[in-house]
Formats: sequence, structure tokens, C-alpha cells
Amino acid sequence: MTTSSHLVYLIALPLVSAAILLLLGRIADKWGHYVATLVSASTFAIAVIEFFSMRSRSGDARAATQDLFTWISVGSFNVHASLLLDQLSICFVLLITGVGTLIHIYSIAYMSHDHDRRRFFAYLNLFVAAMLLLVLGDSYLNLYVGWEGVGLASYLLIGFWNQKPAYAVAAKKAFVANRVGDIGLSLAIMIAFAQFGSVSFAGVKEGVPHASTAALTALGAMLLLAAAGKSAQFPLQSWLGDAMAGPTPVSALIHAATMVTAGVYLITRSNFVFDASHTAQNMVIAVGAITLLFGALVGTAKDDIKKALAASTMSQIGYMILATGLGPIGYAFAIMHLLTHGFFKAGMFLGAGSVMHGMNDEVNMRRYGAIGKVMPITAVTFGLGYLAIIGVPPFAGFYSKDKIIETAFNIGGSKGVIVGGAALLGAAITAFYMTRVIVLTFTGTKRWDDEAHPHESPALMWIPMVILAVGSIASGFLFNSGHALVKWLEPVVNASGAEEGEALLAPMTVSALALGVVAVGVAIAIVKYRTVPVEAPAGNVLTRIVRRDLLQDDFNDRVLVRPGQALTRFFVGMDKSFIDGIVRGVGGTIAVGSTNLRKIQNGYVRSYALIMVVGVLALLTTIWMVTL
Amino acid sequence: MNISNYLYLSAILFTLGAVGVVVRRNAIVVFMCVELMLNAANLAFVTFSRVNGDLVGQVASFFTMVVAACEVVVGLAIIVTMYRSRRSASVDDASLLKR
Repeated sequence: MTTSSHLVYLIALPLVSAAILLLLGRIADKWGHYVATLVSASTFAIAVIEFFSMRSRSGDARAATQDLFTWISVGSFNVHASLLLDQLSICFVLLITGVGTLIHIYSIAYMSHDHDRRRFFAYLNLFVAAMLLLVLGDSYLNLYVGWEGVGLASYLLIGFWNQKPAYAVAAKKAFVANRVGDIGLSLAIMIAFAQFGSVSFAGVKEGVPHASTAALTALGAMLLLAAAGKSAQFPLQSWLGDAMAGPTPVSALIHAATMVTAGVYLITRSNFVFDASHTAQNMVIAVGAITLLFGALVGTAKDDIKKALAASTMSQIGYMILATGLGPIGYAFAIMHLLTHGFFKAGMFLGAGSVMHGMNDEVNMRRYGAIGKVMPITAVTFGLGYLAIIGVPPFAGFYSKDKIIETAFNIGGSKGVIVGGAALLGAAITAFYMTRVIVLTFTGTKRWDDEAHPHESPALMWIPMVILAVGSIASGFLFNSGHALVKWLEPVVNASGAEEGEALLAPMTVSALALGVVAVGVAIAIVKYRTVPVEAPAGNVLTRIVRRDLLQDDFNDRVLVRPGQALTRFFVGMDKSFIDGIVRGVGGTIAVGSTNLRKIQNGYVRSYALIMVVGVLALLTTIWMVTL
Repeated sequence: MNISNYLYLSAILFTLGAVGVVVRRNAIVVFMCVELMLNAANLAFVTFSRVNGDLVGQVASFFTMVVAACEVVVGLAIIVTMYRSRRSASVDDASLLKR
């Protein structure tokens, strides 16, 4: 462990910048976006410097910590607000600041017509600060602060155009779904504290060997719930599609590259918990496998380009979650896929934003077509991202996704066949829906209105796209050459402990299989979408179900929302009739009683005198009777 | 003569006074009935003093007389003032606090 004194700047710079932009108000309108971008770029610079200084150190000295202050001190329980930059965090820090900076640059042009651009950049900086805190915190409690911070930033940015009620509702939906996950995280922290008396990663890791399996399973399940909420995994996946209401750069940064991968980070960070509980690990595998198919299926039926990409994000994060359930070696592949996905998915979102920018914010792909001719740079960069996501060699996704499929097959037994088969099927569907997006958007005949004048986007927009496209090409090869990333992450995830069991399928076989199913998916999409009607055909029952996101909202509505509302109404009724009834009844009885009692106050002296006489007589009689 | 007869008389007088207070409307008469009740009490005091053979009861009756005198002074003054302002000495008219 090395101590460092400037990790805090990574968080403080964007946080201060966000505060300045929000507090100065309209004064900062003219230059606010430049400040935000500059700050983001400087955090990236710090991250790069930290990365190289980390590489220059060796072995155990690589991880750096910084103790900021004692946050909670109760008896023997101490929580320090400290930062930890190790081999795992630096991957995230580089991704967040790097992609974040590119998206800041992109947004300068993308948001140039929005009169609230300064506020947008303030929120972006707030997000960067919170996300960096999330990955730099050295305890679950510190992570929780960042976790809530990114939730807030996500809410603010999804609802950035909250003058449209549907967008405001989408923001609320994301917030509420995230809240369910957050309950999981807070319960996980409580379990960790109750079991280990510590909430720091190191403390929990130390305690794991002495803990009962049941406690570890509970802890793992709660961490998985938290991850599912933040990463839009089954069964908390419903918010991600609606989150596309936010501006496209937000979808690229928060809802594709960084925030939604926080769940993968959480599980990878807690690898010692999941390695110790097979039940929790199996739950992770199940959630990942279900979501990767769920997202892929939903992606096949979406006409909204951003929602198609969102479904794809969900599916790709499903792959990552699945990988984190596959034991020590899986974590490294999850992170590898996370990083390559960060490149190609952010690139494709920016491409989608570029198309929307040229098409008067039209998102319906059925109204696109032949855009490749008018927007060549966008088409090429998007195409490179496409080749990366479907896993064509030598693009990034080929290395990262094939590794996951291979590992899934090789966990052994029927479980391996089922999970590997699911991953393979997911790859085929991915190829289908991504080809569909490409065909509908960039090729074919033009289907847009005459009012739309699609044109190539300004340089500020296409330069980030080009850089991300280069990342989509090269990152997979770089991470995989000589197992660079696996070796880099080894101290964190203990990948060396993984026994090289008997492999069910050789890497070459898996690659060949994957390429085969991908080719099938691509071919089906090309044949099916040779002609594209502008109005979506009615489709059969299955198509309609998939279009309705596999009925996720109907399910939530029927099973959760309406019974919840009924329960609320019941309690409101109880409150009104029963609780208020008691209170009002007491008051009413006293009021009626006193009204009646007041009638004897008639103002006549003689009646008062009579009451006195009667009273004295009653008193005397009582005394007489008692003494008798 | 049986000493309890005095107590019977005292009780009768007291009852008369109490009934008078309750049923009569004229303030002067009500007032006189109050005096009657006080004097009935005095008679009882003196009787008990006689029974016990000491002076405690008689002293108490003197106190009662002093109180009665003070009460007459204040009470008559109120009745006269009331009569002057309202041309009536009926206690039923003096119910302003209620209305």
C-alpha cells in the first residue's frame, strides 16, 4: 500500500466545478461548459498520471490510499472517509474520466441549442464526481455515498427536459427502481457490520473465512439486489429503457458506459463474498443469463434507436454480471467486457445522437434509412462499434465476449451447457438486432420527411466518436495481448487461484461457434429488413409482447404498483375512518357533552342556589351513609 | 323542654330560608331568606354550645353575625344599585352574564 495525497482532487475538482456552475447561475452561461470540460479533462490527466505511477510501482505497492478524515467514530467502530485506488479502481477511473471527457466535448456541440446547457454540464460534473467517489471509496459506506450520488445525477439528467411530463415520469421511474436496489445495498452494509463489525472492503475480506455460509449468501444476495437495481438487471430492469428520455450524451455516459456498470464493479469488488458462497454465485449467474437474453429479445423489437441501444446495454451488462458469477477468472473478463463495452456502446450512442442531431431529434429508425450516404463519419464510427459488439475479430467485443462465453461453457456440468448456451444464443440475437439497427438506419432507401435535412455533425461531435471507434477496434486486442488485463487485476480478484479444469470447449471451438451464430443472426436481419415499411407492421402476438418490453411494465403494474396502491388506499382509509375516528369521536363526545352541560348555566341565581342545595344535600347524604 | 326541639326549629327555619332563596324572585326577599338561613345556623350553634356547656358555639354565632352584617351592607348596596339602574329588584332580571 502506498499513500497518496492527491486522489481527493479526482473527486473534488468536478464537485467544486459543479457547485460553481450551479451557484453562479446565468452568469456562467457563456463559459460554463468550457470549465466543466476542462475540469473533466484534468481529472483524466490526473488519472493517467496515477496509472503510470501505479505501473512504475510493483506488486503490493501498487494500490494507493488516502485517508481524508474520520467519518464515524463510535466505540470500537470507526469509519474513515478514505480513498483506495487499486488495479480495479484505476480501470474505472480511466474509463469514467476518459469517456466522460469525450462526452463533455461532444455535449458542447450537441447541447449548443439548449439554453440550459450550463446546468447540463454542472450535472455531468456532479455525476463524474459521484461516480469517482463510488469507485474510489475504500468501504461499502463510502461507496454508498457515491452510489446515491450517481443515482441523483442520473435522476437529474434523465429528467433534464422535465418540461415534458413523460420525461419527468421516466426520471422518477429510474429513481424508484434504483431505490429498491439501494435498499439491498444498505441491507448488505448492515449485514456486513453485524457479521464482521466492519464495513470496509479489507475488513469484510478478513472476516469472510470465519463467517457462516448463510450470512455470506444473504450478504451476496443483497449485493446482487443492489447491483440489479443500478445495472438494470432482472428483475429491476424496467427503468433503463425509459431512461433514454435524457439527452443522448447522458445515455452514452451514464446509461451505457459507466453508471449502469456500477453493479459489475460492486460484485467484482466483493469477489471474496461471492467466491465463498456458491448459492450467491448461482444467483448472480441466473440474473446475468436471464438479463442477457431479456435485453437481447427486447432489442429486436424496438424502433426507437436509443431504446434499441438501451436494451442492448442491458443485455451486455447481463454478460458482465454472468461473468462475475463464474468465479475468479470471470471477474477479469467481466471487467474486460465492461471496458470494451464502454468504448463501443458509448461510441454507438454518440453516433445515434449524431443521427438524431441531423434529423431534428427523430428517434424512430423506420423514418431513417440511407443515412450512411449523408453522414459518412457517423456511419463508419457506428459501424466499427457494431462490429465490436457483435464480436467480429479483431474488434474489441470478439475478445471480451468470447472469453465470457468460453468461461461459461467451462464451469462444467449441465450448468455450463445451459449458461454457455444462453450466452451463445444471446450473441446470435445481439448480431440480429444490431444488424437491424444498422440496416434500418444507415442503409436501404431514404424514408425521412422532406423537412429533415440530415447532415454530418460538427467536428466537436465526430472527434469523440472517432476516438471511441479507435477504442472499439484496439481495446480488446490490447487488454488480451499476453493476458494483460487478467494479470493486472490478479491481485484484486485472486484469478491465480482458479484451477485450470478440464475445458469443455477449446477457445477456438467457442470462437468458431460464436462466429457461426453471429453470421446466422446477421444474415436473418439482412434478409428480413431488405424492405422496411415506415409504419411498423402489426406483428403477431410474440412481436407485440416483445415490443411491450416482454410485458415488464404490465407485470410491475399488476403485481407491484396496483396492489401497492390498493394497500395504500386501505391504509389511508384506515387512517381516516379508524384512527381519525377515535380522535374525532373523543372530541365530538366532549363537545356534545359540554353543549348539554352548558344548558344548566341558565343565568338564574335561584337555579344555581338549587344546585348548591341539592349538591350539599347529596354530600351530606353520602357522608351519612358512609359513617352509618 | 327537650333540647332537640331547638334543633328541629333550626332545621325548619333553615329549610324555609333555603326554599325561599330558590323560589322567590324579589332580591330583598331572597336576601331575607339568606339571613333566615344564617340565623337558623346561629340557633344551632347556640344550642350545641348549651349541650356541650362551653362557649365555642356562642363565639361562632358571633362570627356569623359579623359576617351577616357585612353581607347586609354589601348586598343591600348591590340591590339598591341594581334597582336604580334597572327599575327592578327581580333576581331573574340579573342574568346578564348568561346573555
